[in-house]
Amino acid sequence: MIDILLFAFLMLTALGILRLRDLFAAAMLSSLFSLLAASLFMVMDAVDVAFTEAAVGAGISTILMLATLAITKRQEKARKRQLRPGPALLVLACGAMLIYGTLDMPHFGTADAPVHTYLAPRYLEVSPIEVGPPNIVTSVLASYRGYDTFGETTVVFAAAVGVLLLLGGRRRFRDAGWDITMGVDLREVQEIVARRQEGLKLPEGDP
Amino acid sequence: MKHNEILRVSGKSLIPFIMMFGLYVQFHGDYGPGGGFQAGVIFAAGVVLYTLIFGLRRARRVFSPRTMEAWICAGVLLYGSVGLLSMLKGGAFLDYNVLAHDPVHGQHWGILWVELGVGITVTAVMITLFFLFAGRGLRGPSRLDHED
Repeated sequence: MIDILLFAFLMLTALGILRLRDLFAAAMLSSLFSLLAASLFMVMDAVDVAFTEAAVGAGISTILMLATLAITKRQEKARKRQLRPGPALLVLACGAMLIYGTLDMPHFGTADAPVHTYLAPRYLEVSPIEVGPPNIVTSVLASYRGYDTFGETTVVFAAAVGVLLLLGGRRRFRDAGWDITMGVDLREVQEIVARRQEGLKLPEGDP
Repeated sequence: MKHNEILRVSGKSLIPFIMMFGLYVQFHGDYGPGGGFQAGVIFAAGVVLYTLIFGLRRARRVFSPRTMEAWICAGVLLYGSVGLLSMLKGGAFLDYNVLAHDPVHGQHWGILWVELGVGITVTAVMITLFFLFAGRGLRGPSRLDHED
């Protein structure tokens, strides 16, 4: 019952985000979406996933979205909303294919799902003796799937390098002795220097 | 927001607890939910709160972007070197059993260091991303510094 309610709220929030023009409200709603998703994971007993979703989805990514909003405008540009048949058909077909794909999957919590017949019992029975930690999720993530977690950490690293390359390029100017963040035009400075050399008085208000 | 006293005082008293909670999640991951990834995000959230209250310039003085870049690499390298160490000790890459005399002890050490590596990288990445976004596209001092 409670998961149906949560799913309903999730759908409503998603539709709300789609319809909103106010980007600040949309960012807030997407944070709410993450919080609802985290509650849903919590109901499904996936505590670690819920934790991550709450911290990353509802916390940091909302902050990053707000920081982005501070740079751009708060309102989405008004556009004519018209239904284009081509893309709509494509989206519907993809969605139908995805739903068709889930039909073969075992239902949530089925005892005879393949993962519950050999893998999960092995982790549950052997990992306390073999690895140790009472939290089996940690043993799976850090020990049994240590390669995967290494890969994930590398992905985070690579993402940061990408963002640094795209957005962190201003340091080059600063290292060259020129701080572009001051917002001063180079030509203006040259003009002032030239005037000074000519012994002219500086116009008022200039640095 | 530096001159908003309620925010400043309540933020100041909250930040240490947020960071402590981050460390708790980091080192308690073996026993409860959490681990390096979540801990890193929580710790970075403390820094983000500090930046929102005291401004980007002051935060950058404490967590300088250069140092953060070094920490980003350090976490991944720590993770990788645990794997290399287990190879040096005669096991496979990231096989923690060989790290100590007792295999279970070795597993404990391995998981501890590996999770620490994840935590360091995630913390540094989150702080760096926030600084980059907050200081982006603004001429003159960042908007967060308007009262500095």
